[in-house]
Amino acid sequence: MNLSPTLAGHALARASLDACVKCGICETRCPVMAATPLFPGPKFVGPQAERFRQGLSVDRSLDYCSGCGTCTLVCPQGVKIAELNAQARAVMKAHHMPLRDRLLGRTVLMGKVMSPVAPLANAVLRLGPVRALADSVVGVARQAPLPVASVQSLGRWLAQRGRSRANGTEVSGPDDQTGCEPDAVGRESGAAKRGQVVFFHGCAGAYFEVETSIKAIEVLEYLGFEVLVPAQGCCGLAQQSNGLFKAASKSVLKLSRALRSAGPDLTIVSASGSCTGMLKHEARQIMGVDDPELADVSYRVRDIMEFLAELDAQGELPHSFQPVDATVPYHAPCQLKGQAMGLPALEVLSLIPGLTVTESGQACCGMAGTYGLKKEKYAIAQKVGAPVFEVFRQAGASLGLCDTETCRWQLRQGTAMRIEHPVALVHQAYGLGTCLATD
Amino acid sequence: MDEVRRLSAEVVVIGGGSTGCGVARDAAMRGFSTILVERADLAQGTSGRFHGLLHSGARYAVSDPESATECCVENRILKRIQPDAIEPTGGWFVALEGDGPDYSDKFLRAMERNGLPHEEVRLALARRLEPRLTRRAVQVISVDDAAVDGWALALGTVRSALEYGARVLRYTEVKGIGLTGGRTSTVHCRDRRSGEDFVIEAGFIINAAGPWVGRVATLLGIEDVTVEPAQGIMVAVSQRLVSRVLNRLRYPGDGDIMVPAQTVSIIGTTDAPASDPDRLVMPRDKIQQMLDCGEALVPGFRQARGLHCWVGARPLIRDDSVKPAETRKMRRGMFIFDHASRDGVEGMLSVAGGKLTTYRLMAQEVVDQMCLKLGSPRRCRTASEPVPPPPTDHFVAGQVTKPGAGAEAPEIEQPDWPISPAGRQRPTGPRHITDRLAEAESTRADDQIICECELVSRRALVSALRRHPDDSLDDLRRRLRIGMGPCQGGFCAARSAGIACQEDAWSAGQAVAALRLFLRNRWIGQQPLVYGELLKQIALDNWMLYGTLGLEQLPASQEVVL
Ligand SMILES: Cc1cc2nc3c(=O)[nH]c(=O)nc-3n(C[C@H](O)[C@H](O)[C@H](O)COP(=O)(O)OP(=O)(O)OC[C@H]3O[C@@H](n4cnc5c(N)ncnc54)[C@H](O)[C@@H]3O)c2cc1C
Ligand code: SF4
Ligand code: SF4
Repeated sequence: MNLSPTLAGHALARASLDACVKCGICETRCPVMAATPLFPGPKFVGPQAERFRQGLSVDRSLDYCSGCGTCTLVCPQGVKIAELNAQARAVMKAHHMPLRDRLLGRTVLMGKVMSPVAPLANAVLRLGPVRALADSVVGVARQAPLPVASVQSLGRWLAQRGRSRANGTEVSGPDDQTGCEPDAVGRESGAAKRGQVVFFHGCAGAYFEVETSIKAIEVLEYLGFEVLVPAQGCCGLAQQSNGLFKAASKSVLKLSRALRSAGPDLTIVSASGSCTGMLKHEARQIMGVDDPELADVSYRVRDIMEFLAELDAQGELPHSFQPVDATVPYHAPCQLKGQAMGLPALEVLSLIPGLTVTESGQACCGMAGTYGLKKEKYAIAQKVGAPVFEVFRQAGASLGLCDTETCRWQLRQGTAMRIEHPVALVHQAYGLGTCLATD
Repeated sequence: MDEVRRLSAEVVVIGGGSTGCGVARDAAMRGFSTILVERADLAQGTSGRFHGLLHSGARYAVSDPESATECCVENRILKRIQPDAIEPTGGWFVALEGDGPDYSDKFLRAMERNGLPHEEVRLALARRLEPRLTRRAVQVISVDDAAVDGWALALGTVRSALEYGARVLRYTEVKGIGLTGGRTSTVHCRDRRSGEDFVIEAGFIINAAGPWVGRVATLLGIEDVTVEPAQGIMVAVSQRLVSRVLNRLRYPGDGDIMVPAQTVSIIGTTDAPASDPDRLVMPRDKIQQMLDCGEALVPGFRQARGLHCWVGARPLIRDDSVKPAETRKMRRGMFIFDHASRDGVEGMLSVAGGKLTTYRLMAQEVVDQMCLKLGSPRRCRTASEPVPPPPTDHFVAGQVTKPGAGAEAPEIEQPDWPISPAGRQRPTGPRHITDRLAEAESTRADDQIICECELVSRRALVSALRRHPDDSLDDLRRRLRIGMGPCQGGFCAARSAGIACQEDAWSAGQAVAALRLFLRNRWIGQQPLVYGELLKQIALDNWMLYGTLGLEQLPASQEVVL
């Protein structure tokens, strides 16, 4: 793939810059612009600077854009600002990609390496000197919330479950560091069988945030779906957001093929909020990947909460929820908002009796994929996240909710609270486990 | 009768287009005391209403090999001496399906014969380099065309003239020419801003009034310097759709060139006789024709956001061998009228025709001829000495001088660039459009961007206001490119006017009048393109300027604003 302005996606986004009327609305919502004077803002680095680039991204300040996509979301004229920025960044980095950005882009590799030796990996990553080394050598901020690998990968859980199901016994999911315990694995609502869905777990869902995947699968099974989990790789999002379009395009196409291999026309459900965005629109709009297999997957993929909300809209979501008497703060991640599906988590959670959800009302928690992990961005990301942290702390709860993995890492670190995917409360309300103890 | 002010100079140049600026520079460099008189702003005539192409000569290879060779030579010279005004984009001649091979064969033979550099480009490569080029392209030949900014070129030339002691009177119209014993002796001028009439005692006059050259000749009672103004329309869209100049490889006709000029793409042009260079029109059907021509080269051109359109008049000299209606066939070459041999009036030469690309050569030839007449042969050095680079806008703390205050003769242009006794350094390499982004990036921490579309900083604006307190907003636009981008001044014009007040350069009344005039002028070129994305911008700008700011209700100063 060619990293020049000939990118198909670039032609699209670049055409959209004509629509900019300079209103500045994007500037009022860009979380990074509000946090640092180092970033000239979406209007400047997007539609304005792009007229001067001609395939040369000489404006390094562009790299301060976190890629959160808020600007594209709010632009009333349809300018693909964040997409333009991502493309210009890819051009900028084509020739001198920092080692760090390459590493952060390789999520599968990171997970695979870390998972079997998770306790050790986790210990090492938390170790001051090692972190300091990472800080100076690869530029990952020492304080950054790095992922904590699960002891058991989703693959192992599925395999063990398969084996034990064959033996007629069930194993419970792994204890993860968050302390959520599934206690009623394998229960079903008794609803009629509803056919098959494909589960797309994403890299984090396979290695770091295995618990979320398990709960999503259990909820789907409870609702009567048969959940197929085909062997699958990375969607390439982290590579894309770090400007590695070539590798990312390859990843997303490979993934599309893998997901389609489970069967034609099946709905693909995922609890990896940002990865669904990659499949739904980012691969096409940012990298210009124009491929029928990807297009097919784009139409079929649903975020888990979106899927549940759609079922509810069709009157097919059982309301047999047990009350959860609590107030829980929720942050809708930027990458989810960019998918133009509203806030399905709020819709679904509002069905749970006793539960009050307070929304952060902020555009972004600062993490925006892997942005907040980088040394030179860490402080900015913390500043962007501060208002979200504040809402969470103010809620006086022990648990907070957020749909995407890296944002949960950020929020965990920023609030010292337990942060879960909203599906965890659905899981609990269906009586499948206890995530939040209430009296 | 009131005593009128009298200036004097060995050479008075009438007309501050590219030609006149070139003449002033050349004469001053040869040691003549020189005054350049321009009735409006520099390069506000044809030299600011042209297509922006630095010809390689290829366009004239078949029809006018002499012009072609001149262009080819001058193209190289200008790239060397005025790199700030030129972006060496390169150019292509592209044959489309159906264009037929005969012109292309003739073209290649003529290029060969005249030694004009060219090279065939493989179609696959062409598509990669210019992805928006139509798929109907069947043959591509690359030539040395480039993009040239008429204002930057004229201002640079004038900076050099100023360094050599020339004086430049802008907004000064020549109203009459006095004769003493069959020889021109005085140039009668009016300062259009102050209304003052004054006289310049002139040793020699060079009339470089472009399409108005015949009118200036009539001031001497000479009626038969016939200029056939040939008007051409150009349309710019708001981004660069191509990276190099695209020419149709066919007999020169309407709308067959697209130039990536600065941040925009310009399609042009038409060619129709005009009766009055002061009253050029832009018929709607011609604009549509240009958009179609753009679409033929770059599919999607019509969807691109329209930016601005304008019309200029070629100063073509009547050539009795072609009918007046066939203006494109008239000679593009230059004409020098020796009024002594022709009309029996000593002391004045008129120069016109040619192209912006050949301005330097025209100046050289007319000044050579003047030297002969004055019996003082002096060598032309304009081809070897680079013009001084544009001023860097280092903000010097302090206020902008108020118009008139302190300056001994406010209408006399101050040098844009301090004269350096020990020679001068050329700025590095040729300019690329992206350089401007790099510059903005390097100063963004301590400067504010005023014109966001064209990345004009507050510092650049303030220092221009300080150096040129008499500039109107349109003059500042030509100097800095304020208001040249997609929003066409909707935001930056009001911002700039506000800053001029803040800096005490203008009174509030002046600022309001300047703003109104500026927006009125911009509107002329926007109005025919009000569709699609531009329409939304116009709506927003109008809400802000007339709705929120109430620009029409504000009291404006009664002073003449030009
Ligand atoms: C549509 C079009 C497209 C063109 N495209 C190109 C191109 O792409 N490349 C190229 O090389 N050439 C191009 N040309 C040709 C080129 O623009 C002209 O040849 C060149 O600009 C002429 O410059 P000039 O100085 O002779 O005339 P002008 O620029 O017209 O200057 C004459 C000046 O005289 C002033 N004046 C008139 N009367 C008086 C008076 N009484 N007192 C004081 N001042 C007076 C006017 O205000 C004016 O500024 C184009 C021309 C046209 C019309
Ligand atoms: S993507 Fe986010 S950080 Fe980047 S410019 Fe847009 S709003 Fe700002
Ligand atoms: S919100 Fe859209 S139209 Fe407004 S300035 Fe930003 S990019 Fe331009």
